[in-house]
Amino acid sequence: MTAVTALGAHSAAGAAGISVSVRGLVKRYGGTAAVDGLDLEIRTGEVFSLLGPNGAGKTTTTEILEGYRSRDAGEVTVLGQDPAHGGPLWRSRLGIVLQSSPENAELTVQEMVSHFARYYPSPRDADEVIEAVGLDAKRNTRTRALSGGQRRRLDVALGIVGRPELLFLDEPTTGFDPEARHAFWDLVRRLRCDGTTILLTTHYLDEAEQLADRVGIIADGRLLALDTPDHLGGRLAHRARVRWQDGAGAHEEVTEHPTRLVTELAVRHGGEVPGLEVVRPSLEDVYLSLLEKAAKDSGSATTEEGRR
Amino acid sequence: MTSPAIHAPSALGLGVARAQIELKQFFRERSSVIFNFSFPVIMLFIFGSVFDGDIAPGVSFTQYFTAGMIASGVFMSSFQELAITIAIEREDGTLKRLRGTPMPPAAYFLGKIGMVLVASVAQAAILLGVGAALFGLDLPSEPELWLRFAWIFLLGTVAGTVLGIAYSSLPRSAKSAGAVVSPVLIVLMFISGVYFVYSELPSWMQTVGALFPLKWLAGGMRSIFLPESFAAEEVGDSWQLPETALVLGLWAVVGLVLCLRTFRWMRRDAG
Ligand SMILES: Nc1ncnc2c1ncn2[C@@H]1O[C@H](COP(=O)(O)OP(=O)(O)OP(=O)(O)O)[C@@H](O)[C@H]1O
Ligand SMILES: [Mg+2]
Repeated sequence: MTAVTALGAHSAAGAAGISVSVRGLVKRYGGTAAVDGLDLEIRTGEVFSLLGPNGAGKTTTTEILEGYRSRDAGEVTVLGQDPAHGGPLWRSRLGIVLQSSPENAELTVQEMVSHFARYYPSPRDADEVIEAVGLDAKRNTRTRALSGGQRRRLDVALGIVGRPELLFLDEPTTGFDPEARHAFWDLVRRLRCDGTTILLTTHYLDEAEQLADRVGIIADGRLLALDTPDHLGGRLAHRARVRWQDGAGAHEEVTEHPTRLVTELAVRHGGEVPGLEVVRPSLEDVYLSLLEKAAKDSGSATTEEGRR
Repeated sequence: MTSPAIHAPSALGLGVARAQIELKQFFRERSSVIFNFSFPVIMLFIFGSVFDGDIAPGVSFTQYFTAGMIASGVFMSSFQELAITIAIEREDGTLKRLRGTPMPPAAYFLGKIGMVLVASVAQAAILLGVGAALFGLDLPSEPELWLRFAWIFLLGTVAGTVLGIAYSSLPRSAKSAGAVVSPVLIVLMFISGVYFVYSELPSWMQTVGALFPLKWLAGGMRSIFLPESFAAEEVGDSWQLPETALVLGLWAVVGLVLCLRTFRWMRRDAG
């Protein structure tokens, strides 16, 4: 069987539509659960974004999927394989950008990317990858002399040079300047067009909103919400804030029917409403309110437990 | 179905590629290259200047000490170098990143062995060249002795390499690596007949020294750089070459088993 048909077989498995499936995942560190019964499915070809506060368990989950960390319970399948037993062939289908990476080598950008390309059966062209992450000018610079954002771009280059079917990005744009971030978004969109499945962890909600087909929010190792960016938080996302000013000062009203309110205001003011603003909750607002609600719920749960 | 891995890059080819990358890095790290290559020469200069007498008829201390420094150099550029650099690579995530690629582990180890071989041959060549040019060192002329040099050198390098890789798991952090690794070699140099004539050491020290590979490597090197007559001055009145092969081979096997059983790609607390 040739490598080409082998790859064909992989995408046939992908045609079933699920690249990553996680059921009841638990990971404990010294008694406390970093991941606490997580269920997750990532569809083949989608960009799935994992959001959550510091210490929520995003990296722990991701590194279990990558085969780095063991788990205490749960079923995990990544590209049809239990990551705890993945071999080189399985790894050749993954691209991994870790949350933190070493970049202190005495090798140049070009040497690193070309060398890593050799590990894979059908790698991308090293020069194209270097260009795609915007490091062409730094091609012959030793990696220890790169700036923080440039190092991060090199990490991305090393993650995609193997032409992965499934790409893990753990806070890939940390330290990127705004221009680099936009260039990175374009790169992710192109990878998605090529059929790459992507798990993207980020703290930038605009990034998730721009790139993700679906977003999962986790806190304390549990999934709080999972939906498309537009629908996340359910009806909450459809409520709007209407702000305006009059002689009595600034007003703000949260409503499910902003058009009706604005019409009323227009009538009341006889035309222009001073300082009128209609604001939909951003992904950030939804995210923060979900976390707030979760904290309240678990807070009352603990006090109830405490009373018992 | 035949294995689809047939088209995956071979471990041997990648091992060669890794050796090239490792060597590039090694030689670009200028300060450590200078230290590695000049240390044995400086020691030879110091000891050659302090003890300029003969330790046996026709055998200068310089000649004796060179054999020991060649042996020590092998362990410096294999055992010491690897134990420290791999501990650092484990801590800073270099190993973790490699683990996330399809690179076969064998390629990583082959690369290290290749790098150590080139570096230690270069180090020995510099020491012998400078010794012959400046300190009146006699180099053997018989091809047979150079053949003996080759197998003892190779066996010593392999043992030092696998032991260095295994030992790299011991330091708790990269910071402590130097402190945990270097004293081992320094103590071994004293009890293995590098700085002092081995047969003049207290017998308990000889016994302890003989448990470790450096003593045998140094003895093997003496059989090459000292005249045949000196064999009578050695323990057991002979060069003990079969024993040397046996002990070095045993340490290589022990090192390999330790490597296979204990090698970790991540820090102990990262799982
Ligand atoms: N190796 C480890 N040993 C002990 N505890 C750990 C280890 N790794 C993670 N943890 C704990 O598990 C929890 C989840 O950590 P994790 O790194 O997965 O968070 P994260 O969601 O990636 O956070 P961040 O956004 O800061 O990267 C944290 O409370 C952390 O302290
Ligand atoms: Mg993290």
